[in-house]
Amino acid sequence: MIKKTVSGVEEALIGVENGMTFMLGGFGLSGIPEKAIAHLVKLGVNDITCISNNAGVDDFGLGLLLQNKQIKKMISSYVGENDEFERQMLSGELDVELTPQGTLAEKCRAAQAGFPAFYTPAGYGTEVAEGKETREFDGKMYVLEPAFKADFSFVKAWKGDEAGNLIFKGTARNFNPCMCGAAKITVAEVEELLPAGSLDPNEIHIPGIFVQRIFQGENYEKRIEQRTVRQRA
Amino acid sequence: MLDKNGIAKRIAKEVKDGYYVNLGIGIPTLVANFVREDISVEFQSENGVLGMGPFPFEGEEDPDIINAGKQTITTLPGASFFDSAMSFSMIRGQHVDLTILGAMEVAENGDIANWKIPGKMVKGMGGAMDLVASAENIIVAMMHTNKAGKSKLLKKCTLPLTGVGCVKKIVTNLAVLEITGEGFKLLERAPGVSVDEIVKATEGKLKVEGEIPEMKL
Repeated sequence: MIKKTVSGVEEALIGVENGMTFMLGGFGLSGIPEKAIAHLVKLGVNDITCISNNAGVDDFGLGLLLQNKQIKKMISSYVGENDEFERQMLSGELDVELTPQGTLAEKCRAAQAGFPAFYTPAGYGTEVAEGKETREFDGKMYVLEPAFKADFSFVKAWKGDEAGNLIFKGTARNFNPCMCGAAKITVAEVEELLPAGSLDPNEIHIPGIFVQRIFQGENYEKRIEQRTVRQRA
Repeated sequence: MLDKNGIAKRIAKEVKDGYYVNLGIGIPTLVANFVREDISVEFQSENGVLGMGPFPFEGEEDPDIINAGKQTITTLPGASFFDSAMSFSMIRGQHVDLTILGAMEVAENGDIANWKIPGKMVKGMGGAMDLVASAENIIVAMMHTNKAGKSKLLKKCTLPLTGVGCVKKIVTNLAVLEITGEGFKLLERAPGVSVDEIVKATEGKLKVEGEIPEMKL
């Protein structure tokens, strides 16, 4: 067994520098690497590029890094729900590359899987395809999209083991598995870190080969963005 | 004239037994409330769930189980969770039978715009570009005119496009329309709405053939 455990978030983020590109898992606030984000705020690294489906809300998630003006560029599919983000984008302080959600996921997965680029129909004929190579296959048009290149991937899982194997929960899975092994170093934070052998190999979502560092985070806030309920009959 | 629930109710009639359906945010989300109970349908949410159920009872909300609108949800028997790449394999790979989404503008050739108003509002396209580029069966749910009374069914979209030539059917507060090679074709009128009112509210080319029936809800 190759051990991937580190002592905590401080050790997990060693090597993080100004100007780097980071991938961060999560959809809305669900499944975001809360501990890594909090430590990036504390370290104060700036001029960073973040690849993440969303940009958090004003006072949580990536919104914290935005408030601190640590982010130079965001690559996302949907950035509503964040006033500071919209303000920085419209004023030109923040560089934003809006990318269709499926393309964003596949650009991560392509980096993980060793594909330099792929063709997708998403965005053909729109401003997303401007300046990109297009090609026809079987009468339909496609856009060539390159794989992402990133320095660190920060992902959040439900359970993990010392070997770096990961299991996700519910829709907190989202972009996290696609980002594992898609950057030079993948840092996984988990709610429960177990000894090797504790997890059933049949149940592993992401094998430890895609993870370089793993640690257990404490007291996850897991904030709910839209609390919707129904009445009991 | 229909309200938002009325539009959702009419669209629900397009949902057939055995369909996997992706519902967009807004009016489309309401469609789930009106689907017949005697047919088997699974709702997909692009953040990674198939087999979405109703909202949870108070106290049973789980931050790890949400839909694409970031709302807390539940799952039904037979549900599954998956990652974002697999979610879009379902969409791009045309495994999802029906996509229902909102729009700011639709053009007579099937172009759709729904993600950006330059200089004013930029929320992003989310999964909409992937959905419209791949889905065979796309229904747009929207109001026929905007708040200023201007038509949203145009000759040509004025806003940045989400997809080209992809919309097949539109259900508005006034009418059900189809996109044909020769523009919009009027299929049904909303209760109490005249053909004349629909013609006036439609800027793009509108084909009206014979008697136009009133919608059955």
